[in-house]
Amino acid sequence: MVSVQALQETQPPARPVTFTVNALFFASYRDLVGTDQLPVEVREGATVADLVEELRNRGAPFNALPAAPAIAVNRTYAFLDEPLASNDEVAFIPPVAGG
Amino acid sequence: MIYADVTTDVIDVHEVLARVGSSEDGASILFLGVVRDHAEGRAVSGMRYDAYVEMAGPVLRAIAEEAAERLGTDRVAVVHRVGELDIGEVSVAIAVSSPHRAESFDASRYVIEEIKKRLPVWKKEHYVDGTDDWVKGTTPPGTAARRGVEAGRES
Repeated sequence: MVSVQALQETQPPARPVTFTVNALFFASYRDLVGTDQLPVEVREGATVADLVEELRNRGAPFNALPAAPAIAVNRTYAFLDEPLASNDEVAFIPPVAGG
Repeated sequence: MIYADVTTDVIDVHEVLARVGSSEDGASILFLGVVRDHAEGRAVSGMRYDAYVEMAGPVLRAIAEEAAERLGTDRVAVVHRVGELDIGEVSVAIAVSSPHRAESFDASRYVIEEIKKRLPVWKKEHYVDGTDDWVKGTTPPGTAARRGVEAGRES
C-alpha cells in the first residue's frame, strides 16, 4: 500500500523551470505593442525564437510582430537560435534607418 | 584618435573635422548627412531620429574602428545625432584623413554605408500635410534568421 505522502514524493508537481528576460521594443515595434519594455517569462533552454513565439502566441498586439525579427541580445545582434539566459536584455530591432 | 558619439546635441561639423588630420595626411574628408525637404515625392517638414542608445554607441565605435583599419590611420571621427531635427540640420558627420585620398574616400563611404546597414537608429518623417511615418529601413546582418540560414537569404 502506498501512502499519500510517498505518492507526493514520487510525483513532484511538474512545474517547468522558467526565467525572465527583459524585452525592449523600439520605433515602429514600440508603436505596435504600445510599450518600450516588457519582462517575459520563458522556459529553461529557451532561444530567441522561443521568446518571439511566446509573445506572438499572446495574440494582439504581439502577433503583429514578425516571426523572424532582427534581435539584439545584451546589445549585440543575435541569431534566432541563440539561447537566452536569465535577465538578458532582448531588443526587438525594426529595420534600421540611420544616417 | 578614433572618435564615435551618438548625441542629442547639434553637431559642430568644424569640431568633428578638427578631430582628424595630421602633418602626414594629404587628404581630409568631411561627409555630412543632412535632413532634406522631400521623400518619395512627399514634402517633409522635419525628422525624428530614435536610437537604441546603449547599443548604438558601441556599434558606431565598431564601425569607426573597422574604417580605421581600411584607412590605415586612426584618424576617424563620426557623430550621429538623435532627436527632432529640422530641414537642413546635420544628422551625421563623418571625418577621416589619410596620406592619400583613395583611402579617405573609401573609409568615409564605408562608415556611412555601415551606419545604414546596422546602426540601431530609426527615423520618423514628419510631412508638411501633418502626418508622419517611420522610414522604411534595412534588416541588419547577423540576425533575423537562424545561424547558417542567413547566407541563403535574399538581400
